[in-house]
Amino acid sequence: MKALCYNGVGDLRTERVADPTIINPKDAILRVILSSVCGSDLHLLNGYVPTMREGDIIGHEFMGEVIEIGSEVKKLKKGDRVVVCSILGCGECQYCQSTQWSLCDNSNPNAWIPEKAYGDSPAGIFGYSHAFGGYAGSHADFIRVPYADRGCFVIPEGLADEAAVFASDALPTGFMAADLADIQPGNIVAIWGCGGVGQMAIQSAFLLGASRVIAIDREPDRLRMAKDISGAEVLDFSKVDIQEALREMTGGRGPDRCIDCVGMEAVSEGLDYYYDKTKQFVRLESDRPIVLREAILACRKGGTVSIIGVYGGLVDSIPMGAAMNKALTFRMGQQHGQRYIPRLLEHLQKGELNSGFMLTHKMSLDEGMKGYDLFNKKETMRVVFAPQ
Amino acid sequence: MANKKQPVSRVLGMGPIEPDVSGSSRINVDDTERIWSAAGGALLATYGLRRGSFGGLLLATLGGFMVYRGASGYCPMNQALGRNTAEPKAEDRAVDSVEIVKSLTINKPREVVYAYWRQLENLPRFMFHLSEVRQLDNKRSHWVAKLSDGLLAKTLGTVEWDAQILEEVKNERLVWKSLADARIDNAGEVRFIDAPNGQGTEVHAVIKYRPPAGQLGSAIMKLFNPAFEEMIKQDLRRFKQLLETGEITTIDGQPSGRKSEQQSGKKPVSEHAKADEKHESAML
Repeated sequence: MKALCYNGVGDLRTERVADPTIINPKDAILRVILSSVCGSDLHLLNGYVPTMREGDIIGHEFMGEVIEIGSEVKKLKKGDRVVVCSILGCGECQYCQSTQWSLCDNSNPNAWIPEKAYGDSPAGIFGYSHAFGGYAGSHADFIRVPYADRGCFVIPEGLADEAAVFASDALPTGFMAADLADIQPGNIVAIWGCGGVGQMAIQSAFLLGASRVIAIDREPDRLRMAKDISGAEVLDFSKVDIQEALREMTGGRGPDRCIDCVGMEAVSEGLDYYYDKTKQFVRLESDRPIVLREAILACRKGGTVSIIGVYGGLVDSIPMGAAMNKALTFRMGQQHGQRYIPRLLEHLQKGELNSGFMLTHKMSLDEGMKGYDLFNKKETMRVVFAPQ
Repeated sequence: MANKKQPVSRVLGMGPIEPDVSGSSRINVDDTERIWSAAGGALLATYGLRRGSFGGLLLATLGGFMVYRGASGYCPMNQALGRNTAEPKAEDRAVDSVEIVKSLTINKPREVVYAYWRQLENLPRFMFHLSEVRQLDNKRSHWVAKLSDGLLAKTLGTVEWDAQILEEVKNERLVWKSLADARIDNAGEVRFIDAPNGQGTEVHAVIKYRPPAGQLGSAIMKLFNPAFEEMIKQDLRRFKQLLETGEITTIDGQPSGRKSEQQSGKKPVSEHAKADEKHESAML
């Protein structure tokens, strides 16, 4: 089959590789129909996530058709059109059973790698480095899905592939960001980052009762979508002082809830960007926590900061004094997709959430590198590959 | 570094059990003889492996044996012949044991976890470095280890020993020791405890072993031990996966763009096997 393989920093190649086969009884094989790029792939491509190996197939946000099932797969059947959670959960460990799926004890065969850095291992993720399991990713004609009954969700009839594909990652991640923020009716929510996850967090925040959502970015197209489609008020951080604007827009209180949908590769117009970029370059710091710092300073006293943008390693100069003395609550984590996806598919079907607009470019696997270049330059919201 | 701290097993309150000094942890080859044996063996092994023929393989095997004998200070033939060329007091010169501790929580009832473990024949299903465990009677068993396909494996071949269960409290604990003439003397204890709030069963395993003896031996074990320790921990993770999910989590056999894994008939090697191999190669 064809697959998009990592070959080094900034180097993706479409290659011929072997077809996947059932390895374990709970596996299924899917024919990939759509597979989206994701902001977190850029961390891999730009070299911020170690343990990538030459030849790894990337991609983790996808939907497709079940073409083969293992002997212990009970719920799925051949021909099912399914969307698959990007994070793998076994469904049997204590974490999965308490719906904290991204903390699954069993789905990372390389648990020993993150155990050294994190003290324990999170779940495995498709196409996301060997520290997270080394699973072959979805930018391919076919993919093996372990624990298939747990990770695959049948897409309701009438819901388009182009909308359903984002129920794999961007939508549950954005929804979880809003859920973690513990939004109370009437809250004002500030959201940094208007990429796919940010857009979904904006819509989810409204769904969970926010009265206003203020979204922050600098890409004109993304700000336009945040405003026109997702319904947020928008701020361009290249044009206004975010701290000042947020405080004034909220009657001097600050937003009740702040959500970081950016993570470790944040950019800013200020000196702090160069400070972090330099430290990162000489490896004194692995992540650039510009948004996190800003969110802590902006958040109202007693408020909640929800972190869904990915951090991988060490951050520097976090204003802990501000967080402590303003009594902030921090909540964070990788998405527990299996907890949210059934409910989100219903919201999509009823038109209460809108995700299909994010697919701005559809390409073949042969155009993989070109697609990621466009995405890296933020010239597209989401490139989605249609393998066959 | 770590030896300045007290062993973790003591924190757990697990019994002070020490492997007997029987087999390879006893030094029975004299120092000068060991150096010549190791050096000559290394030359033979290298030459033999380069030749690649059957004769070469024989040479390599003999070389490997000599390296092992030199590095460890233990010679099975000396042992068999009752020959001891080491210093007179060498019988007292046992190597300190090395401790490996791993605890994890398995989301299954204690009886189920215990029963699976107690059926010793099950162990190779998740302990990938065992090829076989055979129960000889209710207390005694025969163990066959399988080294990954590295240089050490080519040198040592299979490692076998008999073990005996010294203490058994059903659904609670098992204590065992290897019997005389084990190539690697070992002993251990496993405890099974209910985890709080119905989170399943805590499994606490302490394994102690004496590395092959001698200065060369212990220097080499410093390189080898992290891999060995990681191997045991990975075995226990697989035990948990097997009991909880009924299968062992793996990516072995999945496609990738790596050319070496695409050649037909070549089974992809797990990250772990690679790490083991690296450490084993460093040993020789």
